[in-house]
Amino acid sequence: MLTDVLQARPAGLDDVLALVDGLDDALVHGLARLDDTRAAALEAVAAAFGGSPLAGRAADAIGKIVAGTVTDEHLAALAGCRVALLGAAHDALLAGLDAAAGRVREPYRAATGTAEPSPLAAGSRSWLRELAIAGWRGVDHELAAGGAQTVQALLAQPSQRRLAVLLDGFSAELRAAAPVATMPRVPVRRWADLWTRALVLSQEGLPAEPSAPVGGRLLILGADLHEHPTAFRCQVHGLLETGGAVRLVRTSVAAAKVDTISGPSAWRMLAAFPVLLGALAEHRCVEVSGMRLTAGGDLVWDEGAAVAVAGESADPFTTARVLLAGAVASSPAPLDRHPAAIAEPVLLEAGGFDTATGRLPAAGPLTAELVASATACLGLLRFDGGGWAVQPLGVQATVRKKQLAVHTGDWALGPTDAKAAKAEEAAGGAVEVLRERAGRLLRK
Amino acid sequence: MTSEVVAYERHSAAPVIAPVRPRKLAKVPFVELAEGRLQGVVSSGSDVERVYVSSITAAEHGLSCNTNNNRPCGGLGGGSRPCNHLKALVEAAVAQYGMERVARYLKVEPPAGEPDLWPALRPAAAPQRAAEVFSSFLRHLAYLEVPPSTDPLPDLQWFPATGREAR
Ligand SMILES: [Zn+2]
Repeated sequence: MLTDVLQARPAGLDDVLALVDGLDDALVHGLARLDDTRAAALEAVAAAFGGSPLAGRAADAIGKIVAGTVTDEHLAALAGCRVALLGAAHDALLAGLDAAAGRVREPYRAATGTAEPSPLAAGSRSWLRELAIAGWRGVDHELAAGGAQTVQALLAQPSQRRLAVLLDGFSAELRAAAPVATMPRVPVRRWADLWTRALVLSQEGLPAEPSAPVGGRLLILGADLHEHPTAFRCQVHGLLETGGAVRLVRTSVAAAKVDTISGPSAWRMLAAFPVLLGALAEHRCVEVSGMRLTAGGDLVWDEGAAVAVAGESADPFTTARVLLAGAVASSPAPLDRHPAAIAEPVLLEAGGFDTATGRLPAAGPLTAELVASATACLGLLRFDGGGWAVQPLGVQATVRKKQLAVHTGDWALGPTDAKAAKAEEAAGGAVEVLRERAGRLLRK
Repeated sequence: MTSEVVAYERHSAAPVIAPVRPRKLAKVPFVELAEGRLQGVVSSGSDVERVYVSSITAAEHGLSCNTNNNRPCGGLGGGSRPCNHLKALVEAAVAQYGMERVARYLKVEPPAGEPDLWPALRPAAAPQRAAEVFSSFLRHLAYLEVPPSTDPLPDLQWFPATGREAR
């Protein structure tokens, strides 16, 4: 049963996480200031790769870093070690989950080509190197702001959006926390994660993600919403009925925004996707044709290749009850494997389940109170902070003797609750005010 | 170290930035705590083409206020008394970030429950920063012109949208 695996810990997991913690602690104080304890922690990471294909590079790079030479190449090897450790943790956790849930997962189809390199990646690498040398505790206003120019340049290139959005969110946190030396606590794992991912994405010769066109009927399970000061993203988890099979897929629409546009108003920034947002708000299924599905299970949304099926409604709970158990899942790309990247759709019924309410978005109607009174819950199984938890995406609940179903994406076309709609109307004025200012000032 | 701090430190999704509170933007379209200053842009009451660029330095409380065309603000006499733009800027910052965060950034400790930040500040004149602040505002506005993306963006798993946790 699912609950059993959630309590079991894969063999070796704690050892791997201890190695990662040692590496992360070195980044807190900076690679320029490694004392004996932190140097030993880094050497333990190198030793863990003895006998693996990374052995030579890991030992060489970490030896040089400990000796005081921190180059881009050494940092790339250090980041590679961290990716490999957490990738192994991810694979063990996901294998346990699949066994418990009876989920069938296709192996990853290896890439044949490489992604287009960007000349801007050098700017990103150099800022990330300065951060690693100074350590989080050494981040002041100036160093925190040091990535800004690279981010602006990356944002102007659609092919570099992934790195741009990541660096932008990361640098906003550093700016908000600067001077970090005075912070009572530092998000050690988190910043090491973000730094590592950004550094890996800034390398040249990264494998391209393979994809192939697909068509079929997309049935929505739920919407997972993501936000940082300058990004809002709706990631839909769903089942794609295609060629006689049912596949577990995700599809994503993201917009740039600013911090003062938040809550339900953030949906306004996604107005370019009426078919997907309409399907979410109205619980409809969608016919797609010729959309690209990546090897990792991401359906690259194309508004022009999607048609909401008129008159046909699709209740996510019905979809999950009928089809989720038999759906085939995908494996994430090797560089994307990390315990915190696990987000597996699950259906929980009959109560008695643990839910985490730290990821309930203000942009949707699902509240902690509703989750607490749920009789059934559709959510994402996640692993973070050393344990499993379910992030609710939708619940069935009985409130004042009435059966309700509430989902995070219900307000995709605007709040359906009168009070929330009025508040959104007032807050949504922010979008118009800023657009008016932009129109007047930007084109001078 | 408490177990709570340890849990925070070993959490990939540990929250760092508190979401800003919604506020009306017509009068003060832009506020930020950045580069060691509370800074922002205040709309002119009389001319839609004009904005005032106002800032207060974090520790010295150095005030500056200029138009976007670099004219000094007439209301900021001598520099030690705030003009209406600076007053509006502080009011907007408190509405957006909360009194505590703004006070911490400006390194002051107003008495608990005090709704006005000005008595705690010791204002002085400061060199103007209109060009930097105005370009920061233009960069802010430029986000509204960035086209949406359908790339899978896997790193956003680290940035959950929040705001409805149990109170
Ligand atoms: Zn003024």
